[in-house]
Amino acid sequence: MYKKNNYLVLSNIKLTENIFEMRLKGDTEYITKPGQFINIAINGFYLRRPISVCDLNEDIITIIYKVVGKGTEKLSTIKEGSILDVLTGLGNGFDIELSGDYPLIIGGGVGVPPLYYLAKKLSQEGKKVIAVLGFNSKNEIFYEDKFKKICYNTAVTTVDGSYENKGYVTSVMDRFNYTYFYACGPQPMLKAVYDNAKTLGELSFEERMGCGFGACMGCTCKTKYGNKRICKDGPVLKKEEVIW
Amino acid sequence: MVELETSLSGVKLSNPIIPASGTFGFGYEFSEFYDINILGSISLKGTTKSPRFGNPTPRIAECYSGIINSVGLQNPGVEKVISEELPKLAKVYKKTVIANISGFSLDEYVYCAEKFDNAENVSILEINISCPNVHKGGMAFGTSPENAYAVTNAVKKAVKKPVYIKLSPNVTDIKKIASACEDGGADGLSLINTLMGMRIDLNKKKAVIANKAGGFSGPAVFPVALKMVFDVFETVKIPIIGMGGISSAEDVIEMMLAGATAVQVGAYNLINPYACKEIIENLPAVMEKYNIKNLKDIIGGAH
Repeated sequence: MYKKNNYLVLSNIKLTENIFEMRLKGDTEYITKPGQFINIAINGFYLRRPISVCDLNEDIITIIYKVVGKGTEKLSTIKEGSILDVLTGLGNGFDIELSGDYPLIIGGGVGVPPLYYLAKKLSQEGKKVIAVLGFNSKNEIFYEDKFKKICYNTAVTTVDGSYENKGYVTSVMDRFNYTYFYACGPQPMLKAVYDNAKTLGELSFEERMGCGFGACMGCTCKTKYGNKRICKDGPVLKKEEVIW
Repeated sequence: MVELETSLSGVKLSNPIIPASGTFGFGYEFSEFYDINILGSISLKGTTKSPRFGNPTPRIAECYSGIINSVGLQNPGVEKVISEELPKLAKVYKKTVIANISGFSLDEYVYCAEKFDNAENVSILEINISCPNVHKGGMAFGTSPENAYAVTNAVKKAVKKPVYIKLSPNVTDIKKIASACEDGGADGLSLINTLMGMRIDLNKKKAVIANKAGGFSGPAVFPVALKMVFDVFETVKIPIIGMGGISSAEDVIEMMLAGATAVQVGAYNLINPYACKEIIENLPAVMEKYNIKNLKDIIGGAH
């Protein structure tokens, strides 16, 4: 189920050069799973902007977004106290039932945010969560401490080697024994994770969307289980159904 | 009390608001947002003889006051639409719907039209000769009066239900196409489909949409659509379903004053899933504001 509602902007702060964290106060009852997203109307832009849910507390939704164009640039200038028109409860989300005892969470850049709420849910279930978080460089890292607090093990990779492990997430994921994996990040990273993974798992995809709730067929992809709309039947696909 | 009722070729609608094809799926998914039985009718996702995946992604680009789409008629094919989608919709929608049909040959149009002619909850066949997102077929039938006549005539001969032809704005003179459809026996016309458009990504320096161009819709096209409905109303005697950027009850009234008997709401559904509901709910107050007692009385009133 979805809901369209007005939300109060509690904060909108810069985490890194072009990554922002926004906290929204309002109805959260339709967000039922980690990995779901919300769709935000931004004044002056025709289409809404789909952003994944990073954290959820009773009546507060936290999102983390990257400024990639004019819409998200405008979003980054919205002041606390503003009201935003938001659709919530969108997307299928991750299935935490399948995680096993040692789920591996792999995030790349702005793909990291939805994995935070996932890690929180999994650790609440008593799972020993292993997180591998990949960034380009030290100055782009965010939420490392937050992951460390709730995860059994957290490793950070940087492409340029400016922090912890030099390289991509795939250079580190082999070090761990895990029961299942969850990944979100740029498509080349998802493909590399898919190729390297030793277990079943789930991958969260991104696509340019029209509506975000399954009406326009703008974001359809082919899977082994038939055509799927990334917004409605995804954004999370099971490893075994993905066609590259 | 104001009267919202209208009718299309004998099909009574409790109000003139119809979600446009391609912006409302097969309808039932919107019942998660509200009771869709308030809608006048629903124009279903464009359907072809065979299943179609559609075009590669990205299929969507944003514009000032609008959206460009290049979905490319993704649909499960007419057999599945009738056996699976229509029954799902019938569970949550008790009124009759408009089947939207596309094809790549005369035979395909006729094939699908005959199938829908026998489908219980379909009351009108909307023949799309204006899809800008497929090569051959689609718009190729809607840009010449001869082809438009041929499709209309072939479909009309094959079916009993009212046939509405959906026209393209991407023509030199839409009035000629409209007349050709009327001559071919069309019971009504739907206009306008999307305008051809494109956007270029400044970072990649390539078209945003994988297929390069697509169909532009949204409030930006409303004045274009209004003018075409106005012109076609003066040219033909058959009813017009007016569409193109409608986003408010005021827009509905404008479109009806230009000559529309009913209207379709398209792009607005995609940014506001409650679009049609809000427009229907706002209509009575807006009608009262402009001293309109019966919507039927204002059709073509601006002429």
